[in-house]
Amino acid sequence: MTQLDGITKPKTKRSKRFLENRLPKLSEDLKSAMIMKGGNTSETVTQALKDVYSLKKPNAVLYKKKNITRPFEDSTSLEFFSKKTDCSLFLFGSHNKKRPNNLIFGRMFDFHVLDMVELGIEKYVPLKQFKAETCPEGTKPMLVFAGEAFSMDSELKRLKSLLIDFFRGPKVDGVRLAGLEHVLHFTALDGRIYMRSYRCMLKKSGCRTPRIELEEMGPSIDFVMRRTHLASEQLYQLALRQPRALKPKKKKNISHDVFGTKFGRVHMQKQDLSKLQTRKMKGLRKRRGETGAQDESTAPKVLKES
Amino acid sequence: MAASSVEELLAKAEQDEAEKLKSITVKKDLDLEFDLGNLLAYDPNRVELRQQNREEFLKALARDNTQLLINEIWKIPTERVEEAIVAKLPDPTTPLPREKPPPKPKPPTKWEQFAKLKGIQKKKKTNLVWDENAKEWRRRWGYKRANDNTKDWLIEVPDTADPNEDQFAKRVKAKKERVAKNELNRLKNIARAQKIKIPAAGLTPKAQQSKDELALAVSVAKTSTASVGRFQDRLPKEKASKKKGEKRKFEPVIGDFSNEKQKQLDLLQIMDSKKPKLDVTKAVNKQMREEDREAAAAKYKRGAGKKGRRGGMPGKGRGPGGKGGKGGKGKGGKAAAGGGGGGKRKGKPGKK
Repeated sequence: MTQLDGITKPKTKRSKRFLENRLPKLSEDLKSAMIMKGGNTSETVTQALKDVYSLKKPNAVLYKKKNITRPFEDSTSLEFFSKKTDCSLFLFGSHNKKRPNNLIFGRMFDFHVLDMVELGIEKYVPLKQFKAETCPEGTKPMLVFAGEAFSMDSELKRLKSLLIDFFRGPKVDGVRLAGLEHVLHFTALDGRIYMRSYRCMLKKSGCRTPRIELEEMGPSIDFVMRRTHLASEQLYQLALRQPRALKPKKKKNISHDVFGTKFGRVHMQKQDLSKLQTRKMKGLRKRRGETGAQDESTAPKVLKES
Repeated sequence: MAASSVEELLAKAEQDEAEKLKSITVKKDLDLEFDLGNLLAYDPNRVELRQQNREEFLKALARDNTQLLINEIWKIPTERVEEAIVAKLPDPTTPLPREKPPPKPKPPTKWEQFAKLKGIQKKKKTNLVWDENAKEWRRRWGYKRANDNTKDWLIEVPDTADPNEDQFAKRVKAKKERVAKNELNRLKNIARAQKIKIPAAGLTPKAQQSKDELALAVSVAKTSTASVGRFQDRLPKEKASKKKGEKRKFEPVIGDFSNEKQKQLDLLQIMDSKKPKLDVTKAVNKQMREEDREAAAAKYKRGAGKKGRRGGMPGKGRGPGGKGGKGGKGKGGKAAAGGGGGGKRKGKPGKK
């Protein structure tokens, strides 16, 4: 019983809360990732998996055992694991002669595989080799993508969206200005994707905004794109659909013009124009005993003014 | 002179400002795209590796991009939260796919529909109720509740009730029935929400079923065959059921005048024509079928009765006998029907 159906009810409040947490929600919380190994893994791959796990620490599960599956051929076992742990992101590492040091980044929609991208590790420098101090666990990293390929190539576009999904932290309202320490920088260059992780130091500059100095802290990996299994446009659009309730309510009757002036419409009841209070022009008032000619002479004046 | 000194001052001020900003300005061909809700920056400029060392180049690029991102973040309004300056981030703008499809709204239950119809609002109830007997505030339901009638050690027997009846057991039984009814309604609501079909009133097993319910159950069982009950045998004294599910459509009393006129004229025409109302072929076939069935039933009974005594080959004996019987009967039947049809007919030549 994974769903909260009324027929079998949960026995404790705790289990009820657990099941409610797993139901689809209006606004979703952070996606968690499951990190697993394939049939055969090399030292590089295991280290890389461990480093990514440390980057995504509270919201990731690292499996110790090897899973002999091939995600590109049969994704049922991945889907099963995702259902069990309620993780919608996965990272599958493997190593064989044909595809050495392979990492498969992927995400799920409704516990079915949405996108999968296979990246090969060409050069890898582990976290341990860097002497710099690391940021505390759970800091929201700043993500920077560089290279026009990320907007030109459709596969790289999806990869960019996948990496954002993977590495962005929880959605927050505000961030402590002094706590912006971690930067993940992805560069697309010559068909390779370079991932670097820096710790940023905010130095004093003349004005309020500080000057940034970077120090390489985290793992540095050079990826090469191998196979991809991307969702069709239709499925992707379906997955992007947000429920109506989340759309901000539009205030009616308010419009803005080009200059930014706010306009609204005021609805009045029917007015009796004969009893309208207008400005009194004393000079134009009719005096007793005046001739018609004078009136005529004044009449055009009135017309002009109005 | 004054003008030139003013100019000088202005130029100096500008220079100072430029120097201050020098440390944080970065020159880029194309502006970066920012998504501050995700702390994301995208640099669409072309990346070209020059003679520099790749690591240095990447680091410099990263520094520049991060500087621009930090500049953007520092522009948004901040507030002070417990001795830390916090920048209020806007909502993220990059569209990212969801984890699960958005939740579907549940259909209202029977009570909810009724309440909406009548305009009944939910009244919020207090947690604690005053218990007169215990003279304290107790919870409304649950453990140690107020006005708990299960704890009564005395129940007055009402005048209308049987003096030998156990009132305590009666109370317990009533409670169980209420609970069961509630549970049934809850499950019905769930079935309605999930659109699961449930058997109708008479078909679920009950302790005491009325005659009508049994008849309904029998008729449903009979029609749930592949041929919708056409070839189901009936018990000796069982009445054939009326046609269920067939709806008769009646024309409105004052409707299509031309249609009504046409119908009346057609009727007159049929009455006027000298064609027989009886469809001969159909009548003949029906009679034949009826007779065949009776003959087969009779043979089977005879064969079954004799089987017990002879134990021989009743099938083979029956076969040619049956065939002969059938053929003879058929011819006879046809002749009789032909004769009957001819007798009824008036002007048309008879079929032989």
